[in-house]
Amino acid sequence: MPHRTFFWFIIPSLTAMILFIAFPVISVITQSLHVEHEKVLVSSESCGPFGCKQVTVIDVEATAQLRTDQPLGQFSGFDNYTNRNHLAFDEISLAWSNSENMSMFFNKLLNLPFYKALAFTLTYTFVVTPFVIVLGLAIALGVNALPKFAKGPTIFVSLLPMIVTPLIGSLILFWMIDGEGVIGASIQSLFNDPNLSLKASPALTWMMLIVYGIWHSAPFSFIVFYAGLQTVPTDTLEAATIDGANRWQRIRYVVVPYMKPLVVFITLMQLMDNFRVLEPIVSFASEASATSLSWIIYKDLTSDTQLFGSAAATSMLTIVGVAILLLPVLFRTWRDFSRTAH
Amino acid sequence: MSTIKTIALTATAAAILSSSAAFAECGIEGNANVSIMGNDFPALHAVFSAAEQCAGNGVTVTKNHNKDYKDLMVPALTANPAEYTALTVSNGTLVTLMNDGLVRSLDDLVAKHGSSLNKSQLVTVNGKVMAVAFMANAQHLFYRSDILSQVGMSADEVQTYEQVLTAAQRIRDAGIMEYPVALNTKAGWNLGEEFVNMYLGTGADMFVPGTAQVSINNEHGIATLNMLQSLVSYSHPDYLTFDSNATQAMWEGGKLALATMWGSRTAGVLDDEGSTQQVVMNTDFAAAPSFNGGSIPASSLWWDGFVIAKNVSDADAEASFIAMMNGTSTEMVQANNDAATWLIEGYVPSKAASGVTSTAMNGAAPYPMYPFMGALHSAAGSELSDFLQGGESAEQALADMEAAYNVAAKEKGFL
Repeated sequence: MPHRTFFWFIIPSLTAMILFIAFPVISVITQSLHVEHEKVLVSSESCGPFGCKQVTVIDVEATAQLRTDQPLGQFSGFDNYTNRNHLAFDEISLAWSNSENMSMFFNKLLNLPFYKALAFTLTYTFVVTPFVIVLGLAIALGVNALPKFAKGPTIFVSLLPMIVTPLIGSLILFWMIDGEGVIGASIQSLFNDPNLSLKASPALTWMMLIVYGIWHSAPFSFIVFYAGLQTVPTDTLEAATIDGANRWQRIRYVVVPYMKPLVVFITLMQLMDNFRVLEPIVSFASEASATSLSWIIYKDLTSDTQLFGSAAATSMLTIVGVAILLLPVLFRTWRDFSRTAH
Repeated sequence: MSTIKTIALTATAAAILSSSAAFAECGIEGNANVSIMGNDFPALHAVFSAAEQCAGNGVTVTKNHNKDYKDLMVPALTANPAEYTALTVSNGTLVTLMNDGLVRSLDDLVAKHGSSLNKSQLVTVNGKVMAVAFMANAQHLFYRSDILSQVGMSADEVQTYEQVLTAAQRIRDAGIMEYPVALNTKAGWNLGEEFVNMYLGTGADMFVPGTAQVSINNEHGIATLNMLQSLVSYSHPDYLTFDSNATQAMWEGGKLALATMWGSRTAGVLDDEGSTQQVVMNTDFAAAPSFNGGSIPASSLWWDGFVIAKNVSDADAEASFIAMMNGTSTEMVQANNDAATWLIEGYVPSKAASGVTSTAMNGAAPYPMYPFMGALHSAAGSELSDFLQGGESAEQALADMEAAYNVAAKEKGFL
């Protein structure tokens, strides 16, 4: 294709990408390099239903002038990235020199909000993703072996967890595992401990969130694998059967290799999806035990004191995190692709 | 024919008369748009509905109750013209709006239309009226008189948190309840509020006077944290998920004997829904307890009031003020007396208000109105849970709070 023609073909999508992807990312980067302009504070008297008090207030006019002079706020370089609420370089080097052993160092590291969130985010991603792939494939194989009349209803029911909005789904589960809820009460009577609570300890909260994640995402990988199963060549399978392969061997040596591109696809999607886990943390009110990078952004943007620079910095770090996670998978795909191409 | 004509004329005349009567009642002249937003709880429903009666004859009144109004209000009022003409806020949220200069001074409107207001309703900053308060709220003690008497204690014996701990231990020892205590300790805003309340009970300042420099890492901070930890050891292990809805449900379910909850929940606890006769009959309210040998209730006083947006036309602002005055009228209070602790003329204090009133009488401090208070509140809400779960020392938790506050305050331009 001549370069000119190619250029005209690509220009609509290129424009859209610049407008809706590049510009927002640039704006977030700019935001992350700034903090708000200085606030001019003045002392004044405030009176109300409970009497008068001397208070500190912001001089709105003086501050507005500063804002007009510097509409973006004060340039702060990479401060937003390196401060305690993010990468915390100073705190880490301090913790490193003050710790007698590794466990003490990790304790201090996990006391920092960003690393606490990163620890859960990575654990969640690396536990949920493989489970979702294996479970999804198992369900797909199971459904595929069902008699024809049962397939439709089974597929519909299997997809339900994905249809439920994450925020609602996790809220329902939150109430079910409450001591008064059906799951919580059953577990209490099973272990004969009326005070056992899934919400009380960090370890149990992590488990609960991970189980929720698997429950929610398994249908996605199931439906992709199920679609893939319909295209597995029947003659290869028949040939394998004639050669004496049993069901397990047919799956291991015919179906799975054939589905490999789908495994790569689901791995990519799931790594990205799970890395930005947010809704179950909000619904489970698990802030005390488990937080994620997306949750930090959410909190910065919704609390009384909105921190836009901080949220922008965490967003950029999340993008970097996703890129690092996806690199091995992308690299492998690229290598396989170039091997087959030449 | 003439009869029909007469009837038609009379009907028209009546319609004109009655509409101008409603018009005269509210006193809004000309066409205006009034649009109100605020939090979502029963007392505000009563206020908004009363304000809505000003609609008609060229005046439109729209209302929006939203639990997340705190997140919406700044962008909504920054727009020009603002999305809402009037907002109901509390002392905590007024600061956020004033920080950005989004509300107008009400001096002229109060002079023109506010003759029925109590002087104490006027919230002034630097001599200018910025908000009109109409109800008070505070967290205070809820107790079960039947359970206290079962362990041989009376209401006079739960005036300090140390006494509350003694009572809780006795209730546990008597085998009545394993976890008799609850506070709104959900990690985040609620837990931050508990820290602020308890710290105010020490009577100490949270900031170096005149600056945004935080000073909580001291003996007052440690006493505050230790008391919170002692209290949650009598709370169900799920305490880090307890918000107002959860604690109210537990109270109504008869699972608690001593709780520190919002005054705005008393009416809900006392009504005939969601609870048993035994719980309702034996529920009593007292001032928030003091602690650590102090005499100030460890709680903060809140008011709810209304403000008028800056970025609206003067006509809309005036109409909104009149509508909100109608919403907070004596008639509204008489119809909804028990829905809140009203600050409005004509209010008859009821049992539901006794906790808030006695907390105020005992000298509790209002919630601090510092522009940087929100940053400290958030820091407390997220950094305290490790300590409460036993993961770190009180000193470390306070140092973490200060560090988290410093980063946020710096980013907001306060430090």
